[in-house]
Amino acid sequence: MESASVPVERRFDLASSLGMVWALIRRAANELLRVPGAAIPGVLAPTIFFLGLTAVFGRLTDLGGFNTDTYQSFILPVSLMQGAGFTGAATGVNMARDIEQGWFDRLVAAPAPRAVLLAGFVLSASLRALIPAAVLLIVGFALGVQWPGFGGFALAIFLVMAMGAAAACWGTMLALRFRTQSAAPLMQAGMFILVLFTTAYAPLDRLQPWLADIARVNPVTHVIDAARQGFLTGNVTWAETWPGLVAITALVALFGALALRGLRRISY
Amino acid sequence: MRGSPLANLRVIGALGKRSVRQTFRRPQLMAPIIVFPTLLLAIQTGGAGRAVGLEGFPEVDGFLDFMLAGAMIQSTLLAGNSGGIALAVDIEMGFTDRLLAAPISRFAMVLGRLAGTAALGVVSALWFIALGLIFGASISEGVAGAVGIVILVSLTAVAFGGIGAAIALRTGSASVVQGLFPLVFVVLFLSSAFFPANLILEPAGTVAEYNPLSFITEGVRELVISTLTAEAFWKAAASIAGIAALSLGLSNLALRRRLRTGG
Repeated sequence: MESASVPVERRFDLASSLGMVWALIRRAANELLRVPGAAIPGVLAPTIFFLGLTAVFGRLTDLGGFNTDTYQSFILPVSLMQGAGFTGAATGVNMARDIEQGWFDRLVAAPAPRAVLLAGFVLSASLRALIPAAVLLIVGFALGVQWPGFGGFALAIFLVMAMGAAAACWGTMLALRFRTQSAAPLMQAGMFILVLFTTAYAPLDRLQPWLADIARVNPVTHVIDAARQGFLTGNVTWAETWPGLVAITALVALFGALALRGLRRISY
Repeated sequence: MRGSPLANLRVIGALGKRSVRQTFRRPQLMAPIIVFPTLLLAIQTGGAGRAVGLEGFPEVDGFLDFMLAGAMIQSTLLAGNSGGIALAVDIEMGFTDRLLAAPISRFAMVLGRLAGTAALGVVSALWFIALGLIFGASISEGVAGAVGIVILVSLTAVAFGGIGAAIALRTGSASVVQGLFPLVFVVLFLSSAFFPANLILEPAGTVAEYNPLSFITEGVRELVISTLTAEAFWKAAASIAGIAALSLGLSNLALRRRLRTGG
């Protein structure tokens, strides 16, 4: 009885924090190993969109201004971000399930700093985002997507992982706010809007003016443009890279701060 | 058939109402029918709107006019999938077992769900017509055309809802039906829902030319952008009838199997 009123001491200890992060990453990996079907929608959806959009809108490059003749090279970075966004948002859906089933209550009762718990969720999402990315890259290169060079490839992978982290923070924030899996469409729709209301389908000057205005203020436009440059030209320039790095850092910081605030509001 | 026809009609009506209420109450079921097709419509219209300038693109006032039919058909496919998920949840939760014990036709259970899906098809058609008119599209066939669109879209929802119901009855698993969600997009991308078939890259373009979904989409689209020709009407009607016959037949078989084996 008395223990309920005794505050849990949440001191930061590097070794135990790393242990906690590793345990959460392993738990996420176990979910994939034990329920392989759980990863299929996250992989299938962006792959189907990549193949479908390439086939359906492939002739858009005839309009000019795409900086490439192959629409698949233009659209692949969008699908990479979409895969990362959906995989990250799935972290929120899984957390909402854990909240509904009571497992989350036991987790937050552990004497670990909230930031460490969040780091575990976010890092596991970053790693999971590599699964759809790997499938998309294999399919893309098989369909003639231009090799972006090692710099472009590394940059794209980094941005995929960072996008997965941002999406995981977004999903975590919503899961803690609504505490139900019914919020799943909101988590997915948020990522859908962020990734696709950009230069996803066409360059800025080929978009309808209203969408171009939204794309200009949407930070993910810079992330996609940074990831895309290597796939279009085979080269990476600092001028096209830094806005993407700033944008993704700001997104992770913003959603991360909001998710951490939600975690800290839970009283145990 | 167990129960009088009137009693069964009442049951179908009641189950249809329940199905619609259930969809409006659960964001997971509603979002795929309205939210995602609306977002995709906005993104595709804004992102690929310049495509009307491509050689071979049909004469349209704007890309939104062209895209409206695709958005409605996408919505009906997803409504069918959502209806299948809801039916599978009913099976998992034991609700259908209680219906099976009632003195009504067993197939009324399926028809009730499909009546709800048809109503959602009407909602979807009206939503996209309203959206189109607000954002500058026009229905070239006027009010009669709008009524025709609502009827075609609603019947399409029933036809595809039957596929969702058949899979739900065969598997009894909501997650299996939910897993079909990405396949809906495969069918859509291999049709003229989002782009004219003659401008889709091969081999998808050839598949799109013969995909029944393209015939249905073209039937709805002609009512929006031009005048519905007899050929387009019959192709759309035959496609809807064929898919409905197949899906209802499969639903019936799956229901009988479930009754025979108990699962």
